[in-house]
Amino acid sequence: MFAREEDVLEAAARWRREGRGVALATVVETWGSAPRPVGSHLAIDEAGGFLGSVSGGCVEGAVVAEAGEVIATGEARLLEFGVADETAWQVGLSCGGRIRVYLEKVV
Amino acid sequence: MELALLEALNAERAARRACVLVTEIGRGRQRLVRSAEAAADPLAEALAEAFRTGRSFMLELGNERVFLTVQVPSPRLVITGAVHISQALAPMARTAGFDVTIVDPRTAFATPERFPDVDLRAEWPDVALPALALDPFTALAALTHDPKIDDPALAEALARGCFYVGALGSRKTHAARLERLAARGIGREALARIHAPIGLDIGAASSAEIAVSVLAQLVGTLRRRPAEREQAA
Repeated sequence: MFAREEDVLEAAARWRREGRGVALATVVETWGSAPRPVGSHLAIDEAGGFLGSVSGGCVEGAVVAEAGEVIATGEARLLEFGVADETAWQVGLSCGGRIRVYLEKVV
Repeated sequence: MELALLEALNAERAARRACVLVTEIGRGRQRLVRSAEAAADPLAEALAEAFRTGRSFMLELGNERVFLTVQVPSPRLVITGAVHISQALAPMARTAGFDVTIVDPRTAFATPERFPDVDLRAEWPDVALPALALDPFTALAALTHDPKIDDPALAEALARGCFYVGALGSRKTHAARLERLAARGIGREALARIHAPIGLDIGAASSAEIAVSVLAQLVGTLRRRPAEREQAA
């Protein structure tokens, strides 16, 4: 089922109520042709399950990996992703844009 | 984010009330601002812009960066007519992010078998629509071809400031409709807001294609700025 923004925030709250560790990622800034608008959400649980999208698929894997650490430490992070470049980034946006993602734990 | 804050945000959205989540990126401090509280907030000016545009954005305040997550009510589509076009339009509109409600007093049409998972009201518009509290985040598509059902719905949608009002029917049918609505006391300017014949002119033939043309027109009305909208019309 295709998830809408509100479904993502509902899922994040529901997962947390169920006792799961949960992180919420939000696209807070974009430059160039970013695939998802500012304000888009991705909810991630401690098992790596996720709902929503911050980039249309390019960097979700990296955000999910970072989410595990954010859930473990409780420290929010600001992540930045740019054009795919093996020396600077493990993952990147093939569209040529840049995005900044705020990743926080739901406590 | 505190779970209580996330749940408050979700509750505001469920009640179709606009609100803004303010996040201080550096300190991680967060608060929720409801539209009624915005004017008294230290960030009143930025919040006013957030509520007006419905767009989230980053704010620079000296060295501090503050992100405003803006939540305005989800766009809603109310359709009169549990007809063939509606069977295609309802799931498409739902995927595009609209909450969909179908109103049709004809119980032979308004059946859950024909419309699984849709909010279906087998009632006359004068009963169903006041309960739905149409608002500027709501669109109305009148698709029955029956003036007894479509006319009162169109009148209510115009009175409530729905962001989109469309009606199925040929130009000739629409001319007769305009005369009937004018006789109800609806002004010329309000009547000019009705999109009719409904949908973008893409040569749609089948019911599903007409649904695509209606949904495209809806999205265009919702997302384009007014000036661009007028040029495209």
